Amino acid sequence: MSELICLLICSVILLVIALLHVAYLTYAERKIIARMQQRLGPNRVGPRGLLQPFADMLKLLTKEPIIPYGVDKNIFVLAPLISLVCAGSGLAFIPLWSNFVLSNANVGLLFILALSSLSAYGIILAGWSSNSRYALLGGLRSAAQVISYEIAMGLSLLSVVVMAGSFNLGDIVRAQANLPWKAFLFPQIIGFVVFLISAVAECNRVPFDLPEAESELVAGYFVEYSGMRFALFYLAEYFAMLVMSGLAVTCFLGGWLGPFSIPGLPFFWFLLKLYAFLFFYIWLRATLPRYRYDQLMDLGWKLLIPLAILNLFLTAIIKLLV
Amino acid sequence: MKGLFPFFLFFFLLLVLGIVLILLNDFLGLKRHSKEKLIAYECGLDPSGDAKIPFRIRYYLIALVFLVFDVEVVFLYPWAVAFDELSWFGFVEVTVFIIVLLVAYIYAWKEGALKWE
Repeated sequence: MSELICLLICSVILLVIALLHVAYLTYAERKIIARMQQRLGPNRVGPRGLLQPFADMLKLLTKEPIIPYGVDKNIFVLAPLISLVCAGSGLAFIPLWSNFVLSNANVGLLFILALSSLSAYGIILAGWSSNSRYALLGGLRSAAQVISYEIAMGLSLLSVVVMAGSFNLGDIVRAQANLPWKAFLFPQIIGFVVFLISAVAECNRVPFDLPEAESELVAGYFVEYSGMRFALFYLAEYFAMLVMSGLAVTCFLGGWLGPFSIPGLPFFWFLLKLYAFLFFYIWLRATLPRYRYDQLMDLGWKLLIPLAILNLFLTAIIKLLV
Repeated sequence: MKGLFPFFLFFFLLLVLGIVLILLNDFLGLKRHSKEKLIAYECGLDPSGDAKIPFRIRYYLIALVFLVFDVEVVFLYPWAVAFDELSWFGFVEVTVFIIVLLVAYIYAWKEGALKWE
C-alpha cells in the first residue's frame, strides 16, 4: 500500500515537472523566436513576461467551448484526449537518471514507438469528426506524414537496439558508458540524422508542419476546436517534443552520462542535453520555410528509409566484425 | 520501479488531467451561443456542400505500403535484441529477409506508389 502511494507521488511529481517544462517551453519558444526576429516577445505579465504561460492557461480556461453543427460529437470530444495521452505518457519510460525512471520496463522503447504511432489516431479522428474540409485535409495529410516517418524512425532506433542489445532505455544509456564521448552519436551518426529528421516530422513541427500549414489549411485538423480542447492539442504537440528530445538524448547522446558528475545535481547533464534539443526545435522553426508535400513524402520514403536500412546493415556488420 | 504498472498509472494521470481541464473549461468558459458560431469554418462564408469531400487514393496506397513495411520492421526487432546470441546466422537470415523487403520496395517505387505529384 505504501509503495503504491509512493508510486503515485512520483508520478504526480513527474507530471508536474513535465507540465512546467511544457509551459515554459511555449514561453521560451515565443521569446527565442522573438529575439531571432528582433522583437521583444511577451514581456507584460510578470517580470520579463515570466508569468505569460499561466495567463495563457487562464485565458484558455475561460474561453467558450464550441461544438459546431454536424460534428461527430463523441469522437470530437475524445480526439484531443487521445492526442494528449499518446503524446505524453511516453515520458514514463525516459530515464532522467540511473536511479530515476518511473517505469523501468524491458520494452520501454517499443512502447514509445507504439505510442507515437497511436498519436496519429488523435489527429485523424479530430480531422474526420470535425465536419470541416480544412480539418479533413489536415488530418489526412498528417496521418500519411506520421506513418511515413514512423518507419524511418523505427529503423534508425533499431540500429541503436543492435548496439545496446536491449529495449530498456536505462540499459541503452548504460551501454554507452564505455564508448569514447559516452554516446552512440559518432558510431550512429547516420542513424542520428535520420532520427532527428523523423522526430521533427513526427511532432509536426516546422519545416514539416504541413498538417497545420496555417497559410493554406488555417490550422489543419484542429481548426474547429476552441478553448481547452484546442489547448490539449497544443499541449500534446509540446509533450511530443519533450518525449522525442528525451528519446534522442537517451538513445544517441548518452542520457544522464556526462564528462564528470556534479554532486547534488544528478539531472544536470540530462537536462542540459534536453534543453539543447528543445532549443534546436525552436531554432528550426525560426529558420526554415515549410516543405512541399511531395518533397516531404520523397524525403521520407526515398531517402530516409534506404539510409536507415543501410545504417542498420553497417551497424550489424561492424558489430559482428569487432 | 520495475514493470509496466507505473506507466499505466502515468497514462491514467494524463487522462485525468485532460478530462479535468476540459470540465473546468466547460464550467468556467463563456456561454454566449449564437447560430453563426456553430457553423463550420470556411473563411467566413457559409460552408458549401458536404464537408466529407472525396480525397486522393494516394493516401490509401501510402497506408498500404506503410502496413507492409511496418510489420516487417516489427519483425526485425526481436532480431536486434537477440543480436549477440544469433551472431552470423541471424545476420544472414535477416539479410535475406531485407533483400526480399527491398525487392518489394523497389517494385512499389517503380509502380509509382511512392510518387506524389
